[in-house]
Amino acid sequence: MDIATLVFSALYQFGDAFAFLVLSACGLAVIFGMMGVINLAHGEFIMCGAYVTAATVHAGLPLPLGILAGTIVSALVGVLVELVVIRHLYDRPLDTIVATWGLSLIATQGTLIMVGSTMAGVGTPFGSFQVGAYSYSIYRIVLFCAALGVLVGLYALFNWTRFGVLARATIQVPHMAAALGVDTRLVYSLTFACGAGLAGLAGGLYAPTMTLVPTMGATFIMEAFVTVVIGGADVFLGTAPAGAVLAVVKSVMTSWQGQLFGQIGLLVAVIIVVRVLPKGISGFVLRERT
Amino acid sequence: MTALVSLFRRLEGPQTVGRGPVFWGLFAIVLAVGIAYPLFSDGYTVGNTVYFFVWVFIALSLCLIWGYGGSLSFGQTAFFGIAGYGYGVLTLNFGSAYGFTLIAFVAAIVIAALFAVLLGYFMFFGRIAGVFLGIVTLAVTLMLERFMAQTAGPEWHIGSARLNGFNGMSAMPPLTIPWPGEPIVLFADVGLYYFVLGLLVFVYLALRILMNSSFGNVIVAIRENPERAEMLGYDIRKYQLITFVIGAALAGISGVLYTAWGQYITPSSMGMTAAALPLIWVAVGGRSDLTSTVVGTLVVLAAFQALTIYGSQYALVFMGVLLVLTVLIAPNGLVLGAMNWLGKLAARLTQRAG
Repeated sequence: MDIATLVFSALYQFGDAFAFLVLSACGLAVIFGMMGVINLAHGEFIMCGAYVTAATVHAGLPLPLGILAGTIVSALVGVLVELVVIRHLYDRPLDTIVATWGLSLIATQGTLIMVGSTMAGVGTPFGSFQVGAYSYSIYRIVLFCAALGVLVGLYALFNWTRFGVLARATIQVPHMAAALGVDTRLVYSLTFACGAGLAGLAGGLYAPTMTLVPTMGATFIMEAFVTVVIGGADVFLGTAPAGAVLAVVKSVMTSWQGQLFGQIGLLVAVIIVVRVLPKGISGFVLRERT
Repeated sequence: MTALVSLFRRLEGPQTVGRGPVFWGLFAIVLAVGIAYPLFSDGYTVGNTVYFFVWVFIALSLCLIWGYGGSLSFGQTAFFGIAGYGYGVLTLNFGSAYGFTLIAFVAAIVIAALFAVLLGYFMFFGRIAGVFLGIVTLAVTLMLERFMAQTAGPEWHIGSARLNGFNGMSAMPPLTIPWPGEPIVLFADVGLYYFVLGLLVFVYLALRILMNSSFGNVIVAIRENPERAEMLGYDIRKYQLITFVIGAALAGISGVLYTAWGQYITPSSMGMTAAALPLIWVAVGGRSDLTSTVVGTLVVLAAFQALTIYGSQYALVFMGVLLVLTVLIAPNGLVLGAMNWLGKLAARLTQRAG
């Protein structure tokens, strides 16, 4: 094996890990990083997106439309959850952990009862290509591009649109935003829906690559929280670099000692970063502005 | 003698609900019923009741760390699992003769506590607090589960004890008390019942004393306002670490008793669902009070088992709904709310009478 294929293999693994971390974390970055709601049901929103995507694809829709449907349904579920539960808990962050954990139990077990222990998957599209002795899935490259696209899209949404400005204003000083005529309850609902929709998008994108089981959310949740904690409150300045750093840690540790060590690497990284940079990477980057 | 009296005076205090002759009278009645219970019941039901009691220790540990200390830990199931596996490994290697199971009982709890010292040192002295504490402990718990689940191969063994991956360990000896003549083997019926009941009463009373001592007051002060407690000169990291370690030991008691009760332990005892259940018991009961936690845990466990029998798979959904409703409607817990209401009612009645 020559150097070029070795480098490509390492880059591919990095890109794969980066896409997984960023896609699973960005919805949480909006809900936890920005709004401060610890959403332990985040994995179940991802599961919801994946299931809806698979169901619509089985019904005959093309995959991209299926992913869109998964995203929209998750966002709608997000609105519902915000209205019924989360809305009452904004001033009790520790209780959101408990409540969303209850929601996650309900969702996991409810799906198990209604859909069964597994759901027929969706084939991975696009096939594969050959570099050196190994073949690589094209879809993983698509996922990497999707992760970059989501980051750019979020940056645009929260910096260049009216909704984005209102959302940031509301989250920073709610009563001031309300005094200036912003419907803060609506903004909170929409922001939560946005995070839930992003989780659904992640589920939809990963639906073709995974076994669809009710507990699949648990595979995402740890990576998502680790990325958001390391990233800090800012979605673009936090999640992206955190995803990049952790992707290096994870892909190196995984190729060295296997998947479990990849995860142990993430855990050690989060303990160190929380110790050194309590506000995450974005808190460190933005420290001069505050 | 006076030291002993002042120690017992701590059984009542600001940090625990329940005082005066009425409360302790009720306590004595409940205890008497508990002691007499096996006389009116069969071995299987008694064994099942022991199963409920086993879980109360981990609930108390969460009550201590979360309810009194104010730091939400998902790591209790990790300590539960470590102690359970510790007991399994020790007893499978050394057998049950000469009362070794009791040594293994203590040693396994010590192992769990030492792990808590290590983890807690990094967390509390690293000033990881609040939400982040929950996330780190959750990550540690899930990591342990995944680690134990992949130990299926024959290369994963400690001494002669195979770890057996996802299927877990089994066939470890039950707790055995050495006795002249014949050792008493505590199978999961009357024998183990009295052992666990005694331990439960001891731990409950000891925790009441601890929480009403100056240590407990400092812990509650830290929960209410960490900065203020620190300004008053307390090294809050030390207090939090000690609470965390005591909690880990309590969770460890649950783990060992569970392993000795069913003679098996699996990695799923450290999974997401396993970590959620103690949280539900404590939240529904009333996390900031020991008595509410004990009562809540027993009631919710019994309800959960009844539901599992009649509604099989809907039981977990119901538990989730119960948890969400408790957080939304009675954030302090249902049992604690009821007890406070009863206390007020009693006070009003005595006032009217006097």
